[in-house]
Amino acid sequence: MGESSCASGGWRTDHVIDIDISKRFSAATEISAKFVSDASVLALFGRSGSGKTTVVSAVAGLVKADRGHIRIDGVTLFDSEHRINMPVEQRGIGYVFQDGLLFPHLTVRQNLDYGARRSASVDRKGAPIVPFDQVVDLLGIGALMARDTPSLSGGEKQRVAIGRALLSRPRLLLMDEPIASLDSGRRSEILRLIERVRDEFGMRIVYVSHSIGEVSRLADDVVLMNDGKVVACAPTEEIFNRADLRPYTGRFEGGALIEAHAVRHDMKYFLTTFKFDGGELIAPGVDTPIGARVRIRIRARDVTLATERPRGISIRNILEGTVGAIDNRGGAIAEVHVRLTGSGGSEPRELLSRISAQALDEMQLETGQPIYALIKAIAFDKRSMGFTAQETVFDRFSSPF
Amino acid sequence: MLSKEELEIIVLSLKVALASVIFSAPLAVACAWVLARCTFPGKTLFDALVHLPLVLPPVVIGYFLLVTFGKKGWIGGTLDAWFGITFAFRWTGAALAASVMGFPLMVRAIRLAIEAVPPRLEWAARTLGASRWRVFFTVTFPLALPGLAVGVLLAFARSLGEFGATITFVSNIPGETQTLPLAIYNLTQSPGADAAILRLCIVSIVLSVAALAASEWANRRVRLVGGGLIT
Repeated sequence: MGESSCASGGWRTDHVIDIDISKRFSAATEISAKFVSDASVLALFGRSGSGKTTVVSAVAGLVKADRGHIRIDGVTLFDSEHRINMPVEQRGIGYVFQDGLLFPHLTVRQNLDYGARRSASVDRKGAPIVPFDQVVDLLGIGALMARDTPSLSGGEKQRVAIGRALLSRPRLLLMDEPIASLDSGRRSEILRLIERVRDEFGMRIVYVSHSIGEVSRLADDVVLMNDGKVVACAPTEEIFNRADLRPYTGRFEGGALIEAHAVRHDMKYFLTTFKFDGGELIAPGVDTPIGARVRIRIRARDVTLATERPRGISIRNILEGTVGAIDNRGGAIAEVHVRLTGSGGSEPRELLSRISAQALDEMQLETGQPIYALIKAIAFDKRSMGFTAQETVFDRFSSPF
Repeated sequence: MLSKEELEIIVLSLKVALASVIFSAPLAVACAWVLARCTFPGKTLFDALVHLPLVLPPVVIGYFLLVTFGKKGWIGGTLDAWFGITFAFRWTGAALAASVMGFPLMVRAIRLAIEAVPPRLEWAARTLGASRWRVFFTVTFPLALPGLAVGVLLAFARSLGEFGATITFVSNIPGETQTLPLAIYNLTQSPGADAAILRLCIVSIVLSVAALAASEWANRRVRLVGGGLIT
C-alpha cells in the first residue's frame, strides 16, 4: 500500500488528519487505510462494505486498530508502537450516526445538553467555538426543545443529532452516512445545513458516503476505498475526473466535476449563470451570492453531442470543443470525452458524454474533430451543485431567490 | 379475621422479602451489567455460579449459608467480630437466604433489560464525552430501569415463598425467622389447624399474585422501551 496524500506540498508531519491503520477481522477481511489530509471536508467514499465505517470508528475510538497511528490536529489518539489508545470520551471527536442515535429517554434539549455540559469544562485547544443558541438557530430546532425524541421525524432527528455532536465542541466531526436513511427532500436540506456548519463554525468534517452526489457536493478531498483498502486520496475534482478510478467511482454515475462561480442572476427567468474554466453554464436560479464558488457535477448522460452548432433548440448550454478519447466497449452505450475550447492552461477541461453506440457510428466521431456539447439548463439541480468552503470571489450580496 | 400472631407472621415475611431485594438489587445490577456487556475468560463459569441457586436443592444452599455465614462460619464469624452483624437464627439470616434464592431471577431480568439497550447508544454517549461509568448511570441504567423493576418484583415474590434454605440456615423461630411458608408448615404438623392454614394460604396467594402482576406490568414497560429504541 503506497502513501496516499490528498494534501499538497509534499509529506509533512503536521497534517490535520494523519491516519495509518490496519485491522484484521478474519483471514479474508483486513481493513487498512493510510492517508493524510488538510481538507475542511474529507470524504471517505466507496461501496458499502469497503471499510469506511471501520476507519471512522477507529478515529472515534469505538474500534481499536491492530496497528498504526491516528493523529488529528497534531494530537495522537492512537499509536500502537507507543501503546497510546486514548479513551473515546477524551478524544474530542464528534460522531453523527446514520440513525441519529438520540437518547430515547431524554427530550431534545436534554439530548443537546448531554454533550454541551461535558464540553463546557474541557479546554480543547483549537476546537471551534459553538454557542448553543447559534447551533439551535442554524439547525432550526428551537421549536423542538421540549419534544420527546422518539416522536421526531427522520430529518428532525438528524438535525438534533448534528446539534448534539456540535455542542460537544469536537475537534473533528465524523458523519457516517448521515442522510442515507432520509427521503430525498430532507437530504438536500440536511446537506445544506452541513455546508453551513462547516462554514459558520469552521468545523472540520469527515464525511462517509457511497453517494457521488453528496461527496462531490461537500468534500474537498476524497479518500476512495475499495475492499478494505485505500485506492486513492486526492482532491474531489481529481477523484471523479480520473479515468483510472472510473471502475470505483462508477460507470453509471459517470460525469465531470467542475469548479465554477456564480456571475449573474437572471431575475426574470430565475436562472443563474456560472463561469468555469471551460466557459459559462446556465442553471436554474440558486440562492447564492454573486462570486460564490460552487462545484457542479455534469452527469455524462445529460451531455448531448452535435457536430454543428444547432439552431432553434431549447438547450441553453452549448459548449464548443473537440472530441477527445472515445470509449466504446461494445453494447448500447458509448462514452465520448469532450475537450472544451474555452479552457485555458495546459490541461484542457474535459466533459464526458454518454451517447448510444448507434449515434456514435452515425456521427462518425473521431478524436480531434470539432464538436458541440449541449446541456439543458434544467439538468442541474440542487443535488448536483455544492457550495464550497472557500471565500467568495466578490462581495456577498443577497440574492432574490 | 387474622389473629395477632398471623399478622406478625405476614409483617415479618414482608420485612424479610423487602430487605432481601433491597440489599441484593445493587449487586444484581452489577452482575447483570457484567454479564450483558463484558467478555472475559471464565464468564461462563461466572454465569453458572449466578444461576446455581436456581437449580441446586434449597437445602444445599441453606447448609452452605450455615457453614459460611453462621457464627463460626468464615464470613459470618468475621462480620460478627468486626461489625456485630449476625445472621444465624436471626431474621437477617432469613433475608440473606431469600436474597440468594431470588438472585438468579433478579439478575436474569435486569440482564435482559440491559441487553435490550443498544450498545451503539452507549457509544454515542461516549463520543459526547461521557466516561463508561457516566454512560451507565445516564443512559444504560435509566433505559434498563423497567427491567430492574421486573427483577425486584420477581425476587420479592420468590422471597415470600422461600422455605428450604431458610429453615436449614436460620431454623423456624416464631417471631424471628418464621415466615409465611414456615408458619404454614408448622401448622400442618399440628392437628385441627385447617382454618388457620387456609387463611395463611390465601394471604400467601394474594401477595404472590400481586407481586407477579406488578412485575408483568413492568415487563411490558421493558418491551415498550425496546420498541421505542428501534424506531
